[in-house]
Amino acid sequence: MDNTQMIYLDNAATTKVRPEVFEAMRPYLEEQYGNPSSAYAFAGRIAQKVDESRQTIAAFLGAKPQEIYFTGGGSESDNWTLKGIAEMYASKGRHIITTKIEHHAILHTAEYLEKKRGCEVTYLDVDENGMIDLKELEAAIRPDTILISVMFANNEIGTIEPVKEIGRIAHEHGVLFHTDAVQAFGHVAINVDELNIDLLSASGHKLNAPKGVGFLYVRTGVRIEPLIHGGAQERGKRAGTTNAAGIIAFGKAVELAAAEMEQRAAHEQKLRDHLISRVMAEIPYTRLNGHPTERLTNNANFCFRFIEGESLLLMLDRVGICGSSGSACTSGSLDPSHVLLAIGLPHEIAHGSLRLTLSEETTQEEIDYTVDKLKVIVDRLRSMSPLYEDFVKKQGK
Amino acid sequence: MSQVTEYSEKVIDHFMNPRNMGEIENASGVGTVGNAKCGDIMRMYLDVDDNGIITDCKFKTFGCGAAVATSSMATEMVIGKTIQEAMKVTNKAVAEALDGLPKEKLHCSLLAEEAIHAALWDYAKSHNIEIEGLEEPVNDIDETEKFYEMEK
Repeated sequence: MDNTQMIYLDNAATTKVRPEVFEAMRPYLEEQYGNPSSAYAFAGRIAQKVDESRQTIAAFLGAKPQEIYFTGGGSESDNWTLKGIAEMYASKGRHIITTKIEHHAILHTAEYLEKKRGCEVTYLDVDENGMIDLKELEAAIRPDTILISVMFANNEIGTIEPVKEIGRIAHEHGVLFHTDAVQAFGHVAINVDELNIDLLSASGHKLNAPKGVGFLYVRTGVRIEPLIHGGAQERGKRAGTTNAAGIIAFGKAVELAAAEMEQRAAHEQKLRDHLISRVMAEIPYTRLNGHPTERLTNNANFCFRFIEGESLLLMLDRVGICGSSGSACTSGSLDPSHVLLAIGLPHEIAHGSLRLTLSEETTQEEIDYTVDKLKVIVDRLRSMSPLYEDFVKKQGK
Repeated sequence: MSQVTEYSEKVIDHFMNPRNMGEIENASGVGTVGNAKCGDIMRMYLDVDDNGIITDCKFKTFGCGAAVATSSMATEMVIGKTIQEAMKVTNKAVAEALDGLPKEKLHCSLLAEEAIHAALWDYAKSHNIEIEGLEEPVNDIDETEKFYEMEK
């Protein structure tokens, strides 16, 4: 493999639009450009295609089409859930339960509600694998608790939470259950009835559809205030001209995911396990972050002691490998990732994290090339590290 | 935000091909400074001859691309200099020599300045001399006011 090729191992950040998906959406950017809300037949045909996407997605989740509301993406769906439920159920209570490892779309919205809307939020701890404790969850529920929001699978470390049990506990206490399934949707089988889910956020671009389209599933009977006010789109719940091309693309991506999910998961998991076993065997002083088995099939997350993540990413980039890190220098703040701190890693170890996320197109050759390069780069960065120097000297004593 | 596109060519060059990386055995002075919050730790080794000239300088750094590049550049800027000249290698001078740093990385250049000062302090202490303008180094630079000024 030569250096001019790019190896894309950042599929948790975003994915490639698949050719079938692009072909499905193209007519709706070109000749079929009408506004689906318009009265004439030219627009009506587009509205019909949008509804077909809605049906495809609903069927995939075991939901009803009228329970799917298209949005601008995962962050909007998360914002809408927290703000819309907090407002609608304010007379019942102002307490929300979530976790310390949620995406910032949940965490920052929860903080906003605390500061500006008088809500109280409980942030559940997680164990060293990123799992919440169901007993702790149940103990946190109060008479004024209106919503439990726990992510389906973590975007950094891939841990899959016990969603079905969380939903069961929520319902036993008459509390609504929302899950941010942005990373899991289309990768893990989800049936909203079986898993006791009342609201679910998902995003198209994590599943081979374009950026800028997502949805919120809202179970019939759950009331929610709109976030975006304006026209009557999405049955008056989400204003804004319907993103027909994006929604049609999303529908196509879900159709493909439904047909290929098992096969895809098996392919990713085989290569992911190969990646993990090679890295753990061949690079000393490495930690695997996230649950060893209950994790997304395409996620691997490591901490390499004595080195820093941004340096690692820059050097990987030089050899054509795209990954991501939870180090402070890549998060745009001074602290390393809140998820890595929540699983109990000390700062200096959390700074040395690397997330590699595979796709259906990833090959064994790419994984082997990546591990080969990674070994050299980690060695090199350790040779530059005063922390490693001190460690080696201590070992020698 | 892409780190790669925000760094100058010089930063990338000094990061990928760091100058004077390593240790000096029995160095005249060694200083280690860090920043627990951001996770950068920098160690400078200096050799100073009888005439007070810095004949060699090496570094080891745990940190981001900017931290490595500023370490590398700082070593180049002090080798061959007198102690007083080395005292004038400020964070600003290091950042300028690298054709600038992204705003949120400016504190890395402060780390380089502090690491040189810490090594000089170690040298001065073991040789029982006083260096004009040199203050005792702070191990953790994010405890200094200067660090917070740079964050603004």
